[in-house]
Amino acid sequence: MLRTRVIPALLLRDESLVKTVRFGKFTYVGDPCNTVRIFNELEVDELVFLDITATAEGRAPNLRLLADIADECFMPLGYGGGIRQFADAQSVLRLGFEKVIINSAAVENPPLIAEIAQHFGSQAVIVSIDVKRNIWGHYQVRTRAGTRNTHRDPVARAQEAEALGAGEILLTSIDREGTWSGFDIELTKSVAEAVRIPVIAHGGAGSLNDIAEVVAAAGASAVALGSMVVFQKKGMGVLVNFPEPDQLAVTLAVGKSATGPSSQADRVRRITSAHDSRHESLGH
Amino acid sequence: MITIVDYGMGNLGSIQNMFKRIGVPAQVTGDIAAVQKARKILLPGVGAFDSAMQRINESGLRTVLDHKALQERIPIMGICLGMQLLTRSSEEGQLPGLGWLPATTRRFAHDMGLKVPHMGWNVVTSARESALTEGLAVDSRYYFVHSYFVQTDNPVNRLQTTHYGITFDAVVGHGNLYGAQFHPEKSHKFGMRFLANFARI
Repeated sequence: MLRTRVIPALLLRDESLVKTVRFGKFTYVGDPCNTVRIFNELEVDELVFLDITATAEGRAPNLRLLADIADECFMPLGYGGGIRQFADAQSVLRLGFEKVIINSAAVENPPLIAEIAQHFGSQAVIVSIDVKRNIWGHYQVRTRAGTRNTHRDPVARAQEAEALGAGEILLTSIDREGTWSGFDIELTKSVAEAVRIPVIAHGGAGSLNDIAEVVAAAGASAVALGSMVVFQKKGMGVLVNFPEPDQLAVTLAVGKSATGPSSQADRVRRITSAHDSRHESLGH
Repeated sequence: MITIVDYGMGNLGSIQNMFKRIGVPAQVTGDIAAVQKARKILLPGVGAFDSAMQRINESGLRTVLDHKALQERIPIMGICLGMQLLTRSSEEGQLPGLGWLPATTRRFAHDMGLKVPHMGWNVVTSARESALTEGLAVDSRYYFVHSYFVQTDNPVNRLQTTHYGITFDAVVGHGNLYGAQFHPEKSHKFGMRFLANFARI
């Protein structure tokens, strides 16, 4: 059976890894290559790197750093940040990354998606959609690290990305990001139901229970984890970690078979409490 | 020395990285003279079937590859699209494949109720024992990403299978020719073992 992919999403800023809360409040996490080595040993399913300042600084991807990362990784790799043109995507894919992640440029220059998909295949293009609720509670797509409101509806945006040839959607809730309060189920469900390509839910994961819920109740094909895999617990120090494969398998089996998100929640909670059993310190 | 054929499609850096990690000498080349001297060939590939066949046919690699596969009979393994190219044809394209393997390449049906491409980590089941899959019979998992799959004519060529809506061929073997639908270079220790096995064949 195909496993639901559980993907650490790591944020790059000035060649360091950081973690944010609602796209602000930066906490230093560590050196990218050291962290990658730990995730490699933990045999994570896949890794995603997002350079959160490249677009704002008008900078192309940091290819030297990405080459170092690719040399260490024997799992699928995705990269996003500052990919403005075809040549940027080509350079990143040549290094050994499988997927490029396009956010701002997908809104500002949609033909770029089609161009990359036609040349490298849809599986090489992830369109990233950052979403924030406005004061009326409506979901709106934002670009440029959340700073620019496009006033677009995420469902329409995702369908447009699919039509252009995107192979996956990385759907991030800005309101939940870094909060440990669970994924935005309503948002994820609305997008997952509207497209045929896989949707990676991102923003808010705080427990294995949250992962099970977004898969079962919202139809996410994969989940991206931030705080959970770089901190010990909410409000505590840096600790690079990843749930045990056995725990994940049980969680996701529960998620897939659950008739409702609460039906087997107790079982999931027991697993969640054991979540910290395997981890390694970052040692920086 | 393993020769990784560069015909302009595929994630060659990752494959080379993994061979380096497991201490197996490997070179990436699209040079016809270099491929002519190859003792063992790996045919990678990511992208569309017709584009790949067109590049192989037009680059002049086709003749030398045919010779290596069918006359010299050196070990050749196709990975992902590279595996599909070994077959007679694909539902993805119009051009004939290399046709070395008695098999065709088919598309996952859209009405299975499953997302296509089949993307992510999946387990394999061994159909036959082989040197290529030695030590990988139990609890091995690999990273897959594909919308088409290989169907061999003869079950004897089926080494390992995977299930996604239907059961399809994950690893095939036919004399000196091998194919793997997954990406060993992206499959942690399982992929390392798999490529190390190929290096020992």
